[in-house]
Amino acid sequence: MARLRLEGVRHSYRAQPAQDADWALKDVDLEFEDGGAYALLGPSGCGKTTLLNLVSGLLHPTQGRVRFGDADVTELPTDRRNIAQVFQFPVVYDTMTVFDNLAFPLRNRGMAPDAVRSRVQEVAALLDLEGMLGQRAAGLTADGKQKISLGRGLARPDVNVLMLDEPLTVIDPHLKWRLRSKLKELHQRVALTMIYVTHDQTEAMTFADRVVVMHEGAVVQVGTPVDLFERPRHTFVGHFIGSPGMNVMPCQVDGGVARLGGRAVPTANRPDASLAGRRTDLGVRPEFVRFADDGIPVRVARVSDAGRHQIVEAHHGDQVIRLLLREGESVPAGAAHVAFDPAYTHLYADGWICEARA
Amino acid sequence: MLALDKVVRRVGSQTHIHETSLALQAGAFNTLLGTTLAGKTTLMQLMAGLIAPSSGRLRADGRDLTGVPVQKRNVAMVFQQFINYPNFSVFENIASPLRVARLADAEVRRRVLHISELLQLTPFLERRPAELSGGQQQRTALARALVKDAALVLLDEPLANLDYKLRESLREELPRLFSGRDCTVVYATSEPGEALLLGGHTATLHEGRVTQFGPNGSVYREPVDLVTARVFSDPPINTARVVKAGAEMRLSESVRWPASGPLASLADGPYLVGLRPHHVLPQRSGGEGAGVGVEGKVLIAEINGSESTVHFELDGQTWVSLSHGVHAFRVGEAARFRLDVSRAFYFAPEGRRVAS
Repeated sequence: MARLRLEGVRHSYRAQPAQDADWALKDVDLEFEDGGAYALLGPSGCGKTTLLNLVSGLLHPTQGRVRFGDADVTELPTDRRNIAQVFQFPVVYDTMTVFDNLAFPLRNRGMAPDAVRSRVQEVAALLDLEGMLGQRAAGLTADGKQKISLGRGLARPDVNVLMLDEPLTVIDPHLKWRLRSKLKELHQRVALTMIYVTHDQTEAMTFADRVVVMHEGAVVQVGTPVDLFERPRHTFVGHFIGSPGMNVMPCQVDGGVARLGGRAVPTANRPDASLAGRRTDLGVRPEFVRFADDGIPVRVARVSDAGRHQIVEAHHGDQVIRLLLREGESVPAGAAHVAFDPAYTHLYADGWICEARA
Repeated sequence: MLALDKVVRRVGSQTHIHETSLALQAGAFNTLLGTTLAGKTTLMQLMAGLIAPSSGRLRADGRDLTGVPVQKRNVAMVFQQFINYPNFSVFENIASPLRVARLADAEVRRRVLHISELLQLTPFLERRPAELSGGQQQRTALARALVKDAALVLLDEPLANLDYKLRESLREELPRLFSGRDCTVVYATSEPGEALLLGGHTATLHEGRVTQFGPNGSVYREPVDLVTARVFSDPPINTARVVKAGAEMRLSESVRWPASGPLASLADGPYLVGLRPHHVLPQRSGGEGAGVGVEGKVLIAEINGSESTVHFELDGQTWVSLSHGVHAFRVGEAARFRLDVSRAFYFAPEGRRVAS
């Protein structure tokens, strides 16, 4: 096993990339620590699948290198990279038993029958599949089949990286939840680098120790789920992560102070030295907005019951400000005031967080 | 509005829908919530007239619709796998039901432009579906369903194939789109959160039966039985055996609480207690909260910034706690939680809710 590195990787599906938009992946430098739990998160078309295919060797980068430890694997085909993949749709041999499905990659590698048996037992125990080893895979539910796909990846002793491409998309919510926790638990028990590709922030944030957020072919932030939540580097990250996403509100800045509708708003960071001609926004998550006796005047437009919390949509002029309140918390009707928690209110210039700390 | 009266649907020896009576809420969102194979799609096909009931009747405003085929009903449908005509422009895709109805060109144009504006499709009207993103394609399918002003609009998991964020914005947009229109919407989903956020009424489905139908909030907070509580909980509701003995409810020798309020009148004996994960909270050091304190061994901790989810073991059973904010836990450590039993549901052993 080894650290995985992408160095100056760019990729275009065009033969002659000319302009910025021709690049599916724009100059990516990334390092995946051995044994880490990572997520690649972003909307469709952000480049995450391209990145995954470059790691697995299904694609050859237009520029840059892919390394496993000290070895440059850029030119190696997929089957020589020791990568296991789990896809959106479970890949199982329906006519085989669960045991034979799990044993398949081991027998393919010429492993002795005794070793195959003990390895399969071990993996089955990890995935709670012990009771069904003799069953045919055809009769299993979608989550059972996905566990087998996962098990085949885990069974191989030679795997460098396990890559999961939207593995829970076709699973029902109540089972999705269980399988997601299972994945997390698995990662805690087997020291294997896992890269989980998804557009679903909940899956990314609960599975990964570090999340790589991608947008339009570029990596916009790499961080722990708490980093991404508490201090998004870009308004895109603020919007994309969190449900509902961060409130992004155009603001004025004068004398080093951010103002919303003329009212000074304290922030956790200070404006950059030069903001002339740049778009400035305040970013604050709905979790960090509260009703207050005094503050920014709003009109409460809508309250949605989301079960464990309520999503309140308030309007400050044309600006929508969302609040996330707990189940049962009282919500004023009509005119009210809101206040932002200054520790989690950030100033952004042209989308990027101003780096000067308050 | 459409009402199902003792409708049963059998295919061969299997019953796909058990006897169901359901009167849809007119002019509102009616959500069918259940897992795959719970019967949501079958129920919608029955409502649309795509399939006929094996027994029972369908009525709308006093008229018997049983056996009336889909073409003769004023129904529009959108499926999970959005369907558009690939060779038509977006404009013609949206216009197609109006063309079939032989409306005048000027009227077609007026209605298509109006609905396109609402669904933010105006810039794409000259494109073909293949040139659109998934979300734009699904909005095109929605526009086609809306443009004909059908009395009944059936949406079968229309957002399931879309990106998370897009789903979030369309979920917010949909109730707005329909508000002020004189039509009844039936919306199938497998996600409890989606059912809640859409507003309106929800019917919970399980194995071909409607277990409850009512305003979202009341089905969610007053489920009639354990099955309904399970269908309407994400993450899954914690359940455990509890015994009423005199003035006490006992989860175990050490975990007990007073059988007060509505619990006082329950007969002694075994029950099931159901507590949603957000009513099982980490015990903050120093702070005193309501509820019953327990100590468990931490199995998994998922911390996403907004919320912390902790799985812990208590008396050989896994419990899940879901709390706001960041609460750090180490796997394997013993940690204290409190069960907010004031929010608990109590079910008889066969599943009926007897108290909460």
